[in-house]
Amino acid sequence: MKTLSFVSTMLVLVALVFVQFLLATQSRAERIKEFDRSGKLIVVEKTAAELQPAYNIKNKSPEKVFPVPRPPFSEGIFPCSQCHGYMKPNPQRRILKDYHEDIVLHHAEGQRWCTDCHNLLNRDKLRLVSGELIDFSESYRLCGQCHGDKFRDWKVGVHGKRTGNWNGDKQYLLCVHCHNPHDPKFKPLKPMPPPVRPDAASH
Amino acid sequence: MSKNKPYDHAHHSSRRKFLKGLAAGIGLIALPDKQASASVWEEFFQKNFRELSKDDLKTVLARLEKKYSKQFAKQVTVKATPPIEGVRYGYALDLSRCIGCRRCVYACVKENNQSRDPQIHWIRVMQLDKEKGVDLSRAEHYYNPEKVPEKGHFYMPVQCQQCENPPCTKVCPVQATWKENDGIVVVDYNWCIGCRYCMAACPYSARHFNWGKPGLPAAEMNPDTHYLGNRPRPKGVVEKCTFCIQRTREQPGRYPACEEICPVGARKFGNLLDPESEIRYLIENKRVFILKEDLNTQPKFFYFYAT
Repeated sequence: MKTLSFVSTMLVLVALVFVQFLLATQSRAERIKEFDRSGKLIVVEKTAAELQPAYNIKNKSPEKVFPVPRPPFSEGIFPCSQCHGYMKPNPQRRILKDYHEDIVLHHAEGQRWCTDCHNLLNRDKLRLVSGELIDFSESYRLCGQCHGDKFRDWKVGVHGKRTGNWNGDKQYLLCVHCHNPHDPKFKPLKPMPPPVRPDAASH
Repeated sequence: MSKNKPYDHAHHSSRRKFLKGLAAGIGLIALPDKQASASVWEEFFQKNFRELSKDDLKTVLARLEKKYSKQFAKQVTVKATPPIEGVRYGYALDLSRCIGCRRCVYACVKENNQSRDPQIHWIRVMQLDKEKGVDLSRAEHYYNPEKVPEKGHFYMPVQCQQCENPPCTKVCPVQATWKENDGIVVVDYNWCIGCRYCMAACPYSARHFNWGKPGLPAAEMNPDTHYLGNRPRPKGVVEKCTFCIQRTREQPGRYPACEEICPVGARKFGNLLDPESEIRYLIENKRVFILKEDLNTQPKFFYFYAT
C-alpha cells in the first residue's frame, strides 16, 4: 500500500511539472507585426524560441580601441566639409567631372557608389550599413562589414602589419594604409637587389 | 726489412727536436707581441660566454664597447641582456602575403651590422612556382624583375629557424654556439674557431661565414648591439639570425627589424608561451607548416597561409 501511494504522488508531481512547462512555453508565444520582404505589413506568430533575442544587427564598435595612425588623406583634402559644407548634396550616381576625377572606383563598382560609405549629409564621417556614422580613424569597422574574416584576423594582429613592441604597446595600421579603399588590390613593388652570385664575388 | 734500413735513432731525435721548435715558433708568432695592448691579452684569455662571471662579463662588455666605439667613431653599446622568464620566441611568415620584395633582407643587414662587402645576408628569399608548391629544388634566389610578385610565383623567405632541436649546436667542437632559454640559437664570436661544422649541419643554410674582413661602413653601423647578436664580427667566424636579440629581449621589446619593415605584414612574431599572442592565434587557426619537418629539427619559425 505504501509503495502505491508513493508512485501516485510521483505521478502527480510529474504531471504538475509538465503542465507548468506547457504553460510557460505557451505564454511566451506571441503574435507580432513585421514587414515582409516586399515591405507589406504582416502579422506572424512567433514561438518562445524565436522570441529569444537574436544577434544584435547594429554593428557594435569593438570593445577594444585600436591605436592607429592618422588616415592617409591626400594633401589638404580633409576635412571634406571645407568644400562639401557649402555644396548642395547630390545623391545622383554619376561620373565625376569637376573634382575627385582622379578617383577611379575599382572595388565592386557595379554595386557601389560614393555615398554607400561616405555620409551624404556630413562628409567628414563614414557611414556604416546600420546608418551609424563613424570617424575616418575607425574605418576598419566599415571595411569589416564585408571583409569580416580579414577584420577578425586584423584585430588579433594576423592580417596586416603591426609595429611597436611584441610585449608592449603595438601600433596597428588602418586597412587604408595599405589598400586604397577605392582600388584595394595591393600594388606590385620593385624588389630590392638580388644577392651577389657567389661565382661573381669570388676573387 | 730491417736489413734495408736500420732504425736511425739520431735522425729521428733531430726531427722531433725540429718539429718541437717549429711548433713553439708558430705558437710564439700566433701570440700577441710585446707591444700589444692589455686588451688584446684579455681578449686572448677570455672565457666562453657561458663561463663568464658577472664581473668578467662587465669587463668584457666594457672592453668591447671601447674597442667598437673607437673603431666606428661613435658611442657603441654592447648589451648582454639575458632571456626573459616565461618567453619562448616564435616567428611566423604568411606565404599567401609575401611578395618577395626583399625589404626584410636589407632591413636585417642594416639592423644587424652584416658585412656589406663581402656580402652577407641572413635572410634569403626564394622564388617558387605556384604550380609546384614548396619544391626547394626549383627555388630561384636571383630573380630580379621590374615588379614583384610575378605571375605564377610565390615567395619564401628563409632565415634561421631557431630549431628546438638544433643540429648546428651539436656539432660545434668548442661549444661556441648554443640554444638560449628563450629558444634563440646564438654564437659567441669570441669563442668560434671558424671550423664551419655548424654550417654543414644546418639544413636551412641559415649560417654564414665571414670569409673576409667584414666591410661595415662606420656611418651605417648600428650602435645598439648585443654580445650574442649584432655586435661587429671579426673575420673567420660564423654568424646567423638571432630574432634581433638586441631588440626583442628588452622590456618592452621591439619587433624584429624584418617584421617591422615588411610592407605586406606577412611577418609575425611573438611569445609561443603566451596564449593571447598573435603567433599562438595563427598556429591554432591557420594552415601552418614547418620547413623540412622530417628532419625533426622542430623549428620555431612557422610558415602559414592566412587565407
